[in-house]
Formats: sequence, C-alpha cells, structure tokens
Amino acid sequence: MAGIHVSTTVNGDPVEFVCPPGEVLLDSLRNRLGLIGAKEGCGTGDCGACSVTVDDRLVCSCLVLGAEADGREINTVEGMADGDKLHPLQSKFIEHAALQCGVCTPGFLVAAKALLDRNPDPTETEIRYALAGNLCRCTGYDKIVRAVQAAAKEMRKAKGKKK
Amino acid sequence: MSLDHDTSYTNQDFKVVGSRPERPDGIDKVTGRARYGADAFAPGQLAAGVLRSPHAHAKIKKIDTSKAEKLTGVKAVITSKDLPDLTGGNRQQFDILENCMARDRALYDGHAVAAVAAIDADTVKAALKLIKVDYKVLPHVTDVDEAMKPDAPIVQPHLRTSGVPDAPDVPTNVHQRSQFGHGDIEAGFLEADVVIEKSFKTEQTHQGYIEPHACLATVGPDGSGELWVTTQGHYSYRNMCASLLGMDIAKLKVTSSEIGGGFGGKTHVWMEPLALALSRKANRPVKLVMTRDEVFRSTGPTCATSMDIKIGARRDGTITAASADLRYNDGAYPSIWGMLGAMTSFACYDIANVQSVAWDVLTNRSKVAAYRAPSAPMAAFGVESVMDLIADEIGMDPVDFRLKNCAKEGSRASYGPVYGPIGIEATLQAVKKHPHMKAKLGPNQGRGMACGFWFNFGGQTCSDLNIGVDGTVNLAIGTVDVGGSRASMSLIAAEELGIPYEQVKCNVADTGSLGHNDTTEGSRGTFSSGMATIFAARQAIGELRERAAKMWDISVDDVVWEEGEARATGIENSNLPPLSLREIAAKSPTTGGPIAGHNEVVADNAGVSFASHICDVEVDAETGATRVLRYTVVQDAGKAIHPTYVEGQFQGAAAQGIGWALNEEYIYGEDGRLQNPGFLDYRIPVCSDLPFIDTEILEIPNPNHPYGIRGVGETSIVPPLAAIGTAVSNAVGVRLDHVPMSPPRILAALKAHRAS
Repeated sequence: MAGIHVSTTVNGDPVEFVCPPGEVLLDSLRNRLGLIGAKEGCGTGDCGACSVTVDDRLVCSCLVLGAEADGREINTVEGMADGDKLHPLQSKFIEHAALQCGVCTPGFLVAAKALLDRNPDPTETEIRYALAGNLCRCTGYDKIVRAVQAAAKEMRKAKGKKK
Repeated sequence: MSLDHDTSYTNQDFKVVGSRPERPDGIDKVTGRARYGADAFAPGQLAAGVLRSPHAHAKIKKIDTSKAEKLTGVKAVITSKDLPDLTGGNRQQFDILENCMARDRALYDGHAVAAVAAIDADTVKAALKLIKVDYKVLPHVTDVDEAMKPDAPIVQPHLRTSGVPDAPDVPTNVHQRSQFGHGDIEAGFLEADVVIEKSFKTEQTHQGYIEPHACLATVGPDGSGELWVTTQGHYSYRNMCASLLGMDIAKLKVTSSEIGGGFGGKTHVWMEPLALALSRKANRPVKLVMTRDEVFRSTGPTCATSMDIKIGARRDGTITAASADLRYNDGAYPSIWGMLGAMTSFACYDIANVQSVAWDVLTNRSKVAAYRAPSAPMAAFGVESVMDLIADEIGMDPVDFRLKNCAKEGSRASYGPVYGPIGIEATLQAVKKHPHMKAKLGPNQGRGMACGFWFNFGGQTCSDLNIGVDGTVNLAIGTVDVGGSRASMSLIAAEELGIPYEQVKCNVADTGSLGHNDTTEGSRGTFSSGMATIFAARQAIGELRERAAKMWDISVDDVVWEEGEARATGIENSNLPPLSLREIAAKSPTTGGPIAGHNEVVADNAGVSFASHICDVEVDAETGATRVLRYTVVQDAGKAIHPTYVEGQFQGAAAQGIGWALNEEYIYGEDGRLQNPGFLDYRIPVCSDLPFIDTEILEIPNPNHPYGIRGVGETSIVPPLAAIGTAVSNAVGVRLDHVPMSPPRILAALKAHRAS
C-alpha cells in the first residue's frame, strides 16, 4: 500500500514521516516519531489519554489520521516543559500528587493546558467540565482539580509580574 | 504467629516518615518519558493480535489457520495446539491455560481461540480474518441465579459442588459452598424485637484501569526469554508463564513496566503466555497490546451478585443475630470470590449469633479477577443497607446503632479470628463528630453513611539496599509501584538510616535481580516491602557499625547508630568524632567492600483495616440522575507513611465505589454477548461527576508491623455502594436494592413505589 508523506511541526520542530492512509496520529507519534507520551487507553476517543493539540485545538489523537497532521502544528506533552523548566501544570501535578499510576497524566496535562491557555482563571466547575473528556481511574480527580487550580494561580501571578 | 521483630518502633516519633515529599518518578510521568506496557520496543519486533470467540458458549470443532499462515508478513499463528497441557493434572493451572487460549470449548464472549504475529498491525488484522473457526454453539447462562438452577446449561462439566455434605455426583455450576460465623442464629433471631430480611443484587463491574494489558515478549531457541509487561506481580507472572510454557523460571526475565492502573485486574496472566508462545514460534520479539474491547470482554471484572441479608435487633439497638446468603457469579472458572464475601460481610460488627453462607457459581462470563477489596463491597451493600433499615425501624441514629454493635479489640470476628487493636469504632466516632454530618440538606437530597472492612495481605517479600561510595542509597524492591510506593519506600529507608529522603533512590527490580516477591495485591505493597526495607536497612546499619568500628579500631559493641551517623560509646572513646554514613561509605572499598543490607521475609499479620464513609446526594426525580454533593472518607491507615498518597488511595477507592454504585455495569444480551465493552457505554466517573472527596486519616497502629502500618489501598471501595444506596433512598423515599442505581433503575423504583 502506498504511504502518505507528511510534513508537519511537532512541539515546534519540523518533522517528516510516511504513514499508511489509515494510520491514526497517535500511532504516527508513538511508532514513527518515538513520542510515547500520548497513550492509547481506548482507541475510540472516550478516555483522552491520547490528547494532543492540532493547531491549538485539543483532540484525541486516536481519532485523527496521521496524514491530517500535514502542514499543521502538533503539540504533545513532550513539548510542555521549557528546557529544564517544567510547565507550572507539570510541577503542580507532582506537588499535589495529582497522579498515581500516571498513565492518564499526559492527556490531562495537555487538556488542562488547553483550558488555561484560553481561560486563565477557571472556576472549579469549568475545570471539571474541561477535563471531563479525560478519564482517571486512580485519583477520583480531587488532586487533579486542585493541581490545575494551583497552576492557574501561579501562571496568573507570573503573568501579572511580567506586565 | 507473632513475628520476631522489634515492635517498640510502633508509635515512635518519626523524622521523615509522615512527611509529603515529591515522588521520585514524578518528572518522568509528567513529561511523557515514563514507559508503560505498550511503550517498549525491540529490534525486529512483530505486531500481534488475538482472535476471540463471538459466542458465549460453543464447541470448537475445527480451526483452520492455513490461509492466515500463508499471508505475506505473517510470522507465527498459534492455537491451543501450540500450548500443550504441561500442567500435570493441576486443575487450577489448567484453568489458567485454558482461559488464555480456548481448547475444545469457548466458554464466554471474548475467549481467545487463536493468535497471530506479523510484521505490522494491518497484516495482523488481515490474518485474523483469514482464520476459520468452526463452532457449534451451545446453550449458555450468564445470570448467577439462573446458573444455580438444576436445568441450567453446564459451564464446566467436570465440576462437583464442594462444601455441601452428600452433594450429588452430577455436573453443576455451583463450585463451592462456604460458611462462616458462630453462635445460634435461630435462637438469636427469636431474641430480636425487630427482624428485617431483604434481597439485593449488584451488577458486574470492571477495574477499568486506563492502560490496557500490554507486553513485549522475546523467547529464543535456547529456551531463554524476556517479558516486559504491565503487571502487579512480575514474579508470579514469571512463574506462571514459565510453568505454562515449559520454561525454566530462572531463564525467563520479567520486567514490570510502569503500570497504568491494575486494581487487582493485573494480578492474573491473560495474554502474556500467548505473546511468549508467538515469540517462541517466530523467534522474534512480539508486542501484544489489548484493545479496550478486549480488556472488557476478556479480562476479569469482579462478580455480579445476588444475596439475602437478615438482621435482628432488640429495641435497645443490640443486634441479636445476622445472616447472609450470598451468590457470587465467578464467570467461567471456579474461584473463592463468594467465600471472601462471606468472610467480610459482618466483619465490622460484634454479633453473638452470625452466619454467612456463600455460593461460588460459574456462568458463561469472562473469568472473574480480583478488584480492590474483592467481594467485600457487594456483601457490604446488602449488610449496611439492612443495618440502616433496622436503625430506622428502632428509631436509632445509624451511627449510634453501628457504634453500639461495632467490633472492638478482643471481639471474635464473624470469619473466625479474635481482633487485635482495630479502628472501626474510631472511624465511627470521627464520622459522628465530622462537620459533614451537620451540612444542611435541601429538597431531593439525602445523606447516607456506611462502614467497610478489608483483611489486607502480607506475603513473601524481599528487598536489597545498596550504599554507594558517595553515601547515596539504592533500594531495590519487588512489589510494583502502583501509586507512589517508591516514595514511601524511600521515606522508610531514609527514616531507618537517618538520612534525607533525597539520598535514597528506590527502583522496582526485575525478576533476574531480586528474589521472589508476591504480587502487589491485598494492600500489601507498603506493608510488606516497607517491612523488608526496614529490616534490610537495619542489616545495613549493622554493617555500617562494623565498618566504623574497623575505621576506629574499636569493638563494634562500642558503636551505636544514631541520627544517620556512627557514634562511639564509652569514656575511652570520647575523643572519636562521629562518622557519617557518607564518610563510612567513602572508605568502604578498603574496609570490606560494598555496604548492603538484604531482607527476605514472609510478612504475616497484615492487620485488618476499617473505614466509614459519609455521602450526600441529590436525585433528579424526573430523570433519575444522581449527583454526589459531598463525600467524606474516614479510614484507619495504621501509620500513614506518605499521607498525600494515603489520601489518594482513599479518594480513588471512593470514586471507584461511586461509579459502581451509580453507573457501571456489564450488560449482557440474550445472546450472552457483552453489549457495552467500551468506555462510552461502560461509564466510569468523569471529573464533572464528582465533588472534592474529603479524607480523614486515622492512625491506630498495627502491632504486627515495626511502624504500625496497615494496608490502605482497598478498604475504601467497600462502603460507597451502601453509603450512596442509603443517601439515594433517603433522597427519594424508596429503598434501592439493586446496584448500580442508574437513572433507569431509580425511575423504575420510583414508579413501582408510586404504583404500590
């Protein structure tokens, strides 16, 4: 079968790969680019463990074709830290023990970042609904919501200082 | 049996234990670097897949794999013929073998019948379609009460009922009857002023870990192999896989990957022997990853149940007698799940006359596996619901009623033993005082509370502690880190050695690097590995004292270990300045070589654990939807090593219980096929379904552990079914007796109530 040549940007870096037409972006990221942060929990868009952004839009990468990445900007959990400086969400997830097994964590971080990028001061309810597409079976979400609240606060403070 | 260890440490003042440092694997897990079951790759690896029975029950007349084998890119096709029976008459092992790959019969929808390894996923899919299986469909049964009827289709024809004197020698689905209790229940019920008997049902739920089963298997022609796998017990996976495949245990190295949740579901082998068999046949590494559909259809959920609960009490609130008849649906293979239900059902209470009878029953459903405090939540749903009904009937506060009857130190447990110091009374007192109990309730809102018990387990454990020349410490443990236990183990090692937490690095060792460790189940991780770590550290301290004595040229009897350093005792040694761990380690190459401590132990007397929960709900009478408004967990941890992760266990367990109570259930069609094998239709709680879950950690030390630790992981999944059941019942004015209390079931109960 003929492969499709894809030129895309992943976490700011130019990337090229060839994939079969039916291959989902999740598999392209994991198997062709070695970016294993996105996980397959269901393959049907129900669990959010494979969350990435495509041109800043939050998607389940198991529901997007690898070929659709062509010409777009993909961001994954691997691109969240700035060099050796963790993103505030990453630090707060560790600090608040917002992860137990951690397999859902990359998806939560990507989804929470997508939320805070468009709404820097969400209410608890807004956080809970924004993360409702990401399943966590370990934590009962309590510490996840608290970590997102703490990160949002820190990010607002940092932004205030910059101004 | 009491263990030969110094329990004087119980209730000691801890320096680092009880603090809340960041976990050592945190950065890997927030940056996407942590490697789980599906995240390993090997040169030349093949993709693989499994063909599964679409029938609930069928005879497999013939399997034709010839076309699949001829497909370009296919490297191995296996059926049960490639997994010869090496079990030597061990029926339990044979059952595991047959569950991994059906032989002459498919026993449930999703039972594996063949597997393929090929160069890529597309070729695997195409090859699976080319395998022709000739089935003769047989009558099936999926309901536990139906399966107990004399004319029910028989799941395992060899089975005869055990535990029933003079049981007829005929095929049956009733695997065993178990009975626990003491006293005379007939006489006890006669003493009661109020007797309430009620029947309950709970539906089957799955552990629902987010990471599907996954492994990477490599077996060479020399009979040596490696298995990278997501598991709660890499040693037991090694032993079982080696045994089923005829390999030497020492020649199969199993590495436990990071594990994306298990909750008991990753304590059994499912498709790992198939990956090894494919690899052996292809002589290539084989990666096998389940789909979510396969996880639901083919790995073990917990039991569906049906039960009758009867409790009698005097007007003063004293329970005079209690009985339970429990029917547990074990799926296609016999097990002890009903028995565990019978053991746990009345364990919270001190009852003079008590009897629990359980029936373990087979059906054409997938093999049931452990699920967090396995079997306890269902029995507790029935028992705690009736406890509430009795309290209501005699006009007593439900917490006071429980306090009057709760078990205490010295009480004989309904399942046999006499309790040591336990925490049920303390959790109830904490509930009574909790501000949650005073929160105002609005219309259509209700409150419930319930108690729960779990045994906990210790088991075979060992650990290695190695001190580097720079004084940093490597701790190797053999229990799997399912939720932050590497942090807890590092805290314990640091506590013993008297060094900072950051000076310890804890790793989960592979099976080639450390002795056997039992599976991480029964809330044993921190209890048992914690114990082995304490003893290993104390052994290392003995060695550190020896080395210090050598450096000082004094007797080791004159060296003590205090606050992370060796100190010489006695006036004649008062000129010797203390030697720190780092100083002693630096000299170790010339004072006798590497400094280490080891421990191998059977960690007995895990110490039971109790919890009491409070829950407020609001029910929409129009839609039947229930919203959890407030939730509080109070549980005895013995000693919380890392309190944040203890809270996390309480919250996670409560959330699973809430999902079970309100939404989750396996739905089987008339055809015996599972109709909702996906997260869309099998709905676990999402973030917007839940409130913050409050926790209160109590510490009633377990005298059988040097630090007083009790297992904390499981107990809090036990109370939610009943706590929510009572809260919902109080909100709508109708007692719910069937879990999950999903919207259709609540609406039906309301309709039936109005009709009556």
